[in-house]
Amino acid sequence: MFYRETGQFKTSYQADQAIFPIRQDRIFILIWLLIGFAVIPLVASEYAFRAILIPVTIMGLAALGLNILVGYCGQVSLGTGAFMAVGAYAAYNFMIRVPELNPLFCFVLGGLTATGVGILFGIPSLRIKGFYLAVATLALQFFTDWAFSRIGWFTNYTPSGSIAVQPVEVFGFAFNTPLRKYFLCLTILSIFALVAKNIVRGRIGRAWMATRDMDVAAEIIGIRPMYAKLSAFAVSSFFIGIAGALWAYIYLGSWEPLAFDINVSFSVLFMVIIGGLGSIVGGLMGAAFITLLPLMLNQLPSAMGFEISTALIKHLEIMIFGALIIFFLAVEPLGFARLWQIAKEKLRLWPFPH
Amino acid sequence: MGFFVEVLIGGLMAGVLYSLVALGFVLIFKASGVFNFAQGAMVLFAALTFVRLIDILKDTFAPIMLSLLITIALMVVLAMAVERLVLRPMVNQPGISLFMATLGIAYFLDGFGQTLWGSDIYTLDIGIPKEPLMLLETVFEGGVLVASEDLIATVVAGLLVVVLAIFFQRTRVGRALRAVADDHQAAQSIGIPLNYIWVVVWTVAGLVALVAGIIWGSKLGVQFSLSLIALKALPVLILGGFESVLGAIIGGLIIGAGEKLSEIYLGPYVGGGIEYWFAYMLALFFLLFRPQGLFGEVHIDRV
Repeated sequence: MFYRETGQFKTSYQADQAIFPIRQDRIFILIWLLIGFAVIPLVASEYAFRAILIPVTIMGLAALGLNILVGYCGQVSLGTGAFMAVGAYAAYNFMIRVPELNPLFCFVLGGLTATGVGILFGIPSLRIKGFYLAVATLALQFFTDWAFSRIGWFTNYTPSGSIAVQPVEVFGFAFNTPLRKYFLCLTILSIFALVAKNIVRGRIGRAWMATRDMDVAAEIIGIRPMYAKLSAFAVSSFFIGIAGALWAYIYLGSWEPLAFDINVSFSVLFMVIIGGLGSIVGGLMGAAFITLLPLMLNQLPSAMGFEISTALIKHLEIMIFGALIIFFLAVEPLGFARLWQIAKEKLRLWPFPH
Repeated sequence: MGFFVEVLIGGLMAGVLYSLVALGFVLIFKASGVFNFAQGAMVLFAALTFVRLIDILKDTFAPIMLSLLITIALMVVLAMAVERLVLRPMVNQPGISLFMATLGIAYFLDGFGQTLWGSDIYTLDIGIPKEPLMLLETVFEGGVLVASEDLIATVVAGLLVVVLAIFFQRTRVGRALRAVADDHQAAQSIGIPLNYIWVVVWTVAGLVALVAGIIWGSKLGVQFSLSLIALKALPVLILGGFESVLGAIIGGLIIGAGEKLSEIYLGPYVGGGIEYWFAYMLALFFLLFRPQGLFGEVHIDRV
């Protein structure tokens, strides 16, 4: 009853090709944007901004990027942390070596550098498939871990290898409070989500999905596999590179060489899988879930009145995290996106039986 | 020349240890098509259980044998739990979901093992001699220095492969395992119970993990980093091919030797520490010429 397209007639090609053809979807998106941009800034505390909202928006962007590669093009990658690292270190180097550049422009340059690396390491995907490719992308992960900790030029020869970033100031406007940082991240996320939504419903996105479903068949109907796969790698690593630069500049502020190690890759992949492969809204839900889960697990013992040592909390935390991951995958292997879809189908009829 | 041979032999023996971990991966991938990322966590869990049980049972008449038996029993229970709680609910799901589930198992086992047994570094001493041996003194000047524990590890790994080969080729269960590896549906239709086979295969992988854990543990001490040797075994896998036991062995040897040689002869020019990624790059390079690994099965796609 509440989610029905009945009576919404499309009278022009423009309406037929609209990005959200159903009115309820448009209202829903508007409500979310309103909540994100207007309600949350009014009610959220400083802690909520720093610990929850900013990481969720940035990781949401990374999950969006990885979803393009894994969910839409079907190329499993375990190198997300590496692409984020490339974006972060590239932005840092552009900012420190060309100080007159606008920071936002540096983030974009960081994303473009990640794009270049992504295309380079996407080339093996033309030969290798499936888990072989997943493991091959680990090569990039370990190589960047090594390069950014051993090659001094990348870190501007800081003795410890850790980096403290410059303040982000755009046209005299400093992004220095949690609220401003949050607005910046949310704006970037909204823009990129719109871009992603439009790419995946267009020609390129369809080429990706055809490649994912069956690459040989896709090649036979005239999709160039090289072009499809490398463009997925390029777009995905651009998104992830920008997320990496934001993660470094907005969230971390200063970081050690191993801030972008393999665990980052795994957690972004978790977001994509738990959220739902091939779904943009799913990836965002997954990002929120995976970011919030450790926080909640961390708070739980003290909230329930137990006194346990921090080492034990840490071990219990990863244990419960693992168990919950298995639970969610077993209950709904297609992720939150599938639950969302089921909910929408139920809402069509509810509260009537037929 | 003597130095080169020494490095080479050291690398080959390290490679045997990688193969031990890779073997567990291959067994599970062959039989159930699951890319089991939890193999490293299983190594850690088995080794931790074993070393702590020796400590607890040290007043009994045979602590090592007893704790070995208990650990084996625990690995069987673990295999049954994995089959019941993870594989059965997720049957017919895409490989990537199963892979993420094994990542969940890995997190769980890491946390569970360390919650249960503590996270210190434990020394494991089951009487493996550690004195270095001098070999081939007549061939090279000064001979070749070999750690005797590595030698024993090599012998154990060799034995393990022989036992596994006999198990796969000559026993009823082994034949069923190969049938399942070949074609799940055909195997099921002639009456091979898939669930039982999965338990068996995870048990075997658990036992291989136990052997690897004991050898690695007595070499490095039982500690969390044992869990990370899974990452060392991955290039071995893609080099050798996911479906081949022989590939795991040969791949391990190539990776082990390549890693040590590159670290000694190439490392100084680029700043050292290249063994973190060299194995992956080597494997990636091989893959460009043989995308299914050295001994993997060639898949022919039909549209």
